[in-house]
Amino acid sequence: MIKLENISWSTPEGNRVLDGVNLTIPDGKLVVITGPNGGGKTTLAKIIAGIVTPDSGKIYLDGEDITDLDVTERARRGVSFAFQQPVRFKGVTVRQLLQWSAGDRKLSDAQLCDILGNVGLCASEYLGREVSSALSGGEIKRIEIASVIARGTKLSIFDEPEAGIDLWSFANLIKAFRRIHEELGGTLIIISHQERILRIADEIVLLSDGKLGASGPANEMMERVLSSGSAAYACRKQEVAFNE
Amino acid sequence: MNDITKMLLGQITDFKPDFKGAYNIREDGGCAGRQSSENIKIENKTDKPGIDIRIAAGTVGETVYIPACVTHGDVNDLVYNDFFVGKDADVVIVAGCGVHTSDGHDARHNGIHRFFLEEGSRVKYLEKHIGTGMGSGGRSIDPVTEVFLGKNSVLEMDTEQIGGVDRSVRNTSAVCEEGARLLVRERLLTAKDQFAETNFKVELNGLDSAADIVSRAVARDTSKQVYTSDIVGNAPCSGHSECDAIIADKASVNAAPRLIANHGDAALIHEAAIGKIAGEQILKLRTLGMTEEEAEAKIIEGFLS
Ligand SMILES: Nc1ncnc2c1ncn2[C@@H]1O[C@H](COP(=O)(O)OP(=O)(O)OP(=O)(O)O)[C@@H](O)[C@H]1O
Ligand SMILES: [Mg+2]
Repeated sequence: MIKLENISWSTPEGNRVLDGVNLTIPDGKLVVITGPNGGGKTTLAKIIAGIVTPDSGKIYLDGEDITDLDVTERARRGVSFAFQQPVRFKGVTVRQLLQWSAGDRKLSDAQLCDILGNVGLCASEYLGREVSSALSGGEIKRIEIASVIARGTKLSIFDEPEAGIDLWSFANLIKAFRRIHEELGGTLIIISHQERILRIADEIVLLSDGKLGASGPANEMMERVLSSGSAAYACRKQEVAFNE
Repeated sequence: MNDITKMLLGQITDFKPDFKGAYNIREDGGCAGRQSSENIKIENKTDKPGIDIRIAAGTVGETVYIPACVTHGDVNDLVYNDFFVGKDADVVIVAGCGVHTSDGHDARHNGIHRFFLEEGSRVKYLEKHIGTGMGSGGRSIDPVTEVFLGKNSVLEMDTEQIGGVDRSVRNTSAVCEEGARLLVRERLLTAKDQFAETNFKVELNGLDSAADIVSRAVARDTSKQVYTSDIVGNAPCSGHSECDAIIADKASVNAAPRLIANHGDAALIHEAAIGKIAGEQILKLRTLGMTEEEAEAKIIEGFLS
């Protein structure tokens, strides 16, 4: 269980981004955080991963206060984070990055293939590639997601996994999230504007103006989110246009 | 062959004592083992220290080892090795050098290697340099590589110096005739107060000749590195050089690439980037459970791989 208690954070310039956020996510749940651009979603995710330190408030993982633990220690306790904007590594192959992600567990070729398959990439084509600027934006994004899947930790946070990913790979990704959720029993926090991701959530949380506006089960929240003129709504219109 | 040579050989080559092909092991300026094969003949030079390696035309798939080791201080080894690669041969040449001193005295190896590639021949040239031992004695390796590439020949050079060498000046030059190609992949790591200088000079003289030089370097502590490359295009040709450096602590890197086009159809490109390890890279690896130090080591290991 991950629990956020009264989390606040302001920018160095003093603009309040998160204002007393409270959120509890039981084990095995898939929660989608959505809301307008600049609403503080990435900041909240980074606070959970230990990348950003909150000005006030507490974070508990399975009852343990992890507020003062750094990124490394939280990662070792089972928190994983897929960056919205992945970083590239010159000279490092996809195979190496995935192996580093898995830590001491040695990944077989079959496992690597399986992990990349989740994001619609073919292992034989990608394992030897460098995680450098030679990869396209969509490819690097999918490898970032794969690196978190490779870790297979109890809490996985994905920051806008849909961004830059084509609709074909996206279908695979939805399946992968479902699988982590249903078969592996992992807890997932997905930040997303995508209706299809909202639809697989156990719970949708709306974050705007630094506060958790509303939250509830997907079926109750969907219409509310979609009618609010949100990004998810704009996304749906695009997708309809694409399918036509 | 002494034990230090054995240790150094294990680090710079995959040479095995029961190797059936041609080899020459140089130890402290002397010869610690030599063998020729039917197609690859190794002989002493008569006018100066060093050997001539003659690779018969059409030799395909053979490997020749010519590593050099300096195993104690007060050695200043200078050697001239010439490779004559016959028409259409396709071989691997493993050089490499290890310099060891623990007695407080300086140890130096200066290998001057010339390659003469005849038409259509291909060479893969592997060269790994290391310094080992303790004490105040300086370890230097100053390789000179001169390559003459005949029509449609290819030399692929893979060179690395990733630890323990205090001072190094590396000069590589090449002349490419029609359709000839030079590919260089270089990896350099300096730490403490080490110094490494690497200079490339390539003349692309023939129609459709090409050169591709990719050098990656890591400079830490107070070490210093200098990179220069001159690519001269005298014909319709293509040349590319890339110098990428990670700099840490109080190190310094000076990269001076130069392109000289003397022909309207010479296409020459250079890329250079020097910078410290990006904070986001370290952060990403920390989210995988590594400490900051582990992350840095992995990033450097990957960069130099
Ligand atoms: N380090 C920082 N310094 C200054 N401002 C920051 C910093 N980090 C975030 N912000 C600001 O905080 C606000 C929230 O940013 P955040 O990235 O969390 O939004 P978001 O909800 O993820 O937006 P998006 O949907 O566009 O990804 C933005 O206005 C952003 O400019
Ligand atoms: Mg964001």
